[in-house]
Amino acid sequence: MDTQTAQALVRFGLGRRGDAALPADPRQWLLGQLRGPDPARIASEPSTAKGLAAVIADREQRRQARAATRLSTGAETPVARLGPNHAHEVYEADAKAELDNALTTPTPFRERLVWFWTNHFTVSIRQGGCQPLVGAFIEEAIRPHVTARFEAMLMAVMRHPAMLMYLQNAESVGPDSPAGQRTQRGLNENLARECMELHTVSPAAGYTQADVTNFARILTGWSVDLRGPSPGFLFRLMAHEPGSVTFMGLPFPPGEAGGVAALTFLANHPSTHHFLATKLVRQFIADDPPPHAVRRIEAVLRDSRGDLGAASGALVDLPAAWQPGSKYRTPQDYVIASARLLALDSSAIPALPGILAGLGQPLWNAPAPNGWSDKASDWAAPEAIMRRIDWSYGFAGRIGDHDPAELAEAALGPLLRPETLTAMQHAGSRRDAFTLLLTSPDFQRR
Amino acid sequence: MPLTRRAALLGLTSAVSLSGLAGRASLALAAAPTDKRFVVVILRGAMDGLTVVPPYGDPGLRNLRAVLIPPLPGQPNGLRDLGGFYGLHPALTNMYAMYQANELLIVHAAAGPYRSRSHFEAQDYLESGADHRLTSGWLNRAVGALPSDQQAPTGLALAVSVTVPLVLRGPAMVGNWAPHGFSTPEPELYARIAQLNHDDRLTGPAIADGLRARAFAADVMPGAPDEKDRYAFPALAEAAGKLLGASDGPRIAAMEINGWDTHVAQMARLDQPLRQLDAGMGALKSALGPAWRQTAVLVMTEFGRTAHVNGDNGTDHGTATVAFALGGAVAGGHVRANWPGLGPGKLFENRDLAPTIDVREVAMGLLAGHLGLPSGALAQVFPGSATDAPMRGLLRA
Repeated sequence: MDTQTAQALVRFGLGRRGDAALPADPRQWLLGQLRGPDPARIASEPSTAKGLAAVIADREQRRQARAATRLSTGAETPVARLGPNHAHEVYEADAKAELDNALTTPTPFRERLVWFWTNHFTVSIRQGGCQPLVGAFIEEAIRPHVTARFEAMLMAVMRHPAMLMYLQNAESVGPDSPAGQRTQRGLNENLARECMELHTVSPAAGYTQADVTNFARILTGWSVDLRGPSPGFLFRLMAHEPGSVTFMGLPFPPGEAGGVAALTFLANHPSTHHFLATKLVRQFIADDPPPHAVRRIEAVLRDSRGDLGAASGALVDLPAAWQPGSKYRTPQDYVIASARLLALDSSAIPALPGILAGLGQPLWNAPAPNGWSDKASDWAAPEAIMRRIDWSYGFAGRIGDHDPAELAEAALGPLLRPETLTAMQHAGSRRDAFTLLLTSPDFQRR
Repeated sequence: MPLTRRAALLGLTSAVSLSGLAGRASLALAAAPTDKRFVVVILRGAMDGLTVVPPYGDPGLRNLRAVLIPPLPGQPNGLRDLGGFYGLHPALTNMYAMYQANELLIVHAAAGPYRSRSHFEAQDYLESGADHRLTSGWLNRAVGALPSDQQAPTGLALAVSVTVPLVLRGPAMVGNWAPHGFSTPEPELYARIAQLNHDDRLTGPAIADGLRARAFAADVMPGAPDEKDRYAFPALAEAAGKLLGASDGPRIAAMEINGWDTHVAQMARLDQPLRQLDAGMGALKSALGPAWRQTAVLVMTEFGRTAHVNGDNGTDHGTATVAFALGGAVAGGHVRANWPGLGPGKLFENRDLAPTIDVREVAMGLLAGHLGLPSGALAQVFPGSATDAPMRGLLRA
């Protein structure tokens, strides 16, 4: 294996799967993945309809439990679950299927982009109701758009019930709307603020609190229907703030069209291009993005009106992306790469969600809307690395009859340092040798 | 596999009670149509027979490795005397009691059929039971070859480890019980990991800090997880004893302990795995209860270590070493050897204790004498060694 091939596998991909055939031309292999189609088949077939059905079933179950409690004790509280946790069942099936895809995908660069954009538009299961929707969110709002225009992804994300529920826009009501007048409820600025700060222009654009409030006004009515015959996105005209709104110096009309126009404006804003370019370069080149690389990706986004496929291809063409070892694997990167190396699928490692949680990166469970950090300093705390070592030692028990040196060559090729190989050769057991490979700086980086 | 129920019946509360224990030790069990119990313990990393059972009566020993021998018998923390020529390492207190009760037999200057000095190859050959690598282990083939006219116990086969060790892998059914939770490496392996990361600006300082912090936590919080892990092998051995002791339980178990690869500071480093092994054998005996009378345990390692001390007060990969046979069914209380001597010209390739007994003879002797393996089956269990006679006299009449 040459350095370019190894770098394509670990930097752009998710780590080699077993001793899968090596690409003849690493650059073309990566660019070919961008041309698609995405071969992912998510076994659980996530969908918003299924996710919302689980949300509705669980709510109905809780309602009945409350009613039963009230009837028997007169009390309003303790509510014991009456039946299955539908939301959790959907989440578990979707998590298993998505992890399975990550372990087995033949297009790992494309899958890394799916991870990247899923994290960029974080929806965390910490928020009630989101559990059964994250899988659907990825499959409906993220995956179809990783090589499309950013505008299309942003629109799909902002209309998705998962995001509308996570950042509570579903509950936002225009104070002067009929619903606002009737219920005295008001704006919830959460989605509007995070959309500007985390998803598009970033604070570098210099917007004001008035812009945030006005954007929240524009987005009123973007909600989720849980009662109708086909639950899903619903524009609630009755909750929408009437009148046109000035946002970042521009007038936007009332109605759903105003939101679409504002999102289109944000998606194509120069600050958005700069912000996205910086994050992409951080993901694929270095924690401190080199300015020249950022400028290049920013220019591609500007000139292509936000073509994410073009921007991803431009990353492949940046010489800096081929400098080995400048990125540190997050726990998810690390565990998936380890499991891919032994060619495992999710049935062989059913505890994967628990493993990720134990290493500090529980799946789809980021603590805040800014998602998981992409910087080594946030993952390399002493105890975090100790846990990584301990997990690796447990995992290394699976080495079976594999030759550790062959695994090392398969995983890293020329990226393996001679001292790592020497240490492995001096280990007292295959398991110890494999532990040394997994915990070497060589394998911990990508 | 209804193992959880079985484990619960045996008082193992749940798989969780063993979580984290598979770190440096693991266990595999197999059912067999016999009331005899047979356990194989593999010491991975090459145990130094000359320190664990030093032939203190051999004048060559002190010349070779004075710094690696515990004090002589009778001195404080000295060797336990085994009859005037050999001594037993003082860490092995339970095993010395077994020796005194004629339940521990020591086979010295023994080795497998390999001379490669590579851990992985040697372990594979030891577990394959051949001078080349096979896809099944000798213990599994032995289970398959046992006479089946006796009523088979309903006990289930299982491995308390993420994988079944090669010695018990093969066509005969062996289950797998992987404890969840984290396990931790030997201090030695932590040290190697820290060394390998030493020059990395990110991981180097973090690992050093992490190790320091954990040592501090262990100091200020006695009984913290480290303490539990220190006793991983005894806990697994106890679990094995309970499972094997049940009347309808499995009959065959394989266990392993890492941490014997003592290239550096051997006297200090060897203490911990020896204490684990010793506590484990004691726990196994207690947990087996009356079934201990029907039990034979074979403890073996892939090879021995150099007779000379290296530059780090440790030893490097060698050849012959000791094996232990112990249990209520074993005719112990002595050391069996064709002692080759340690004087000039006596060492194998001028560096190692010379091999005089093939450990497969010991294994064959136990399989034939204890489990009743037909002599015709020995050739398939240990291919290529059919001419070697099983060692006799290993078992009580």
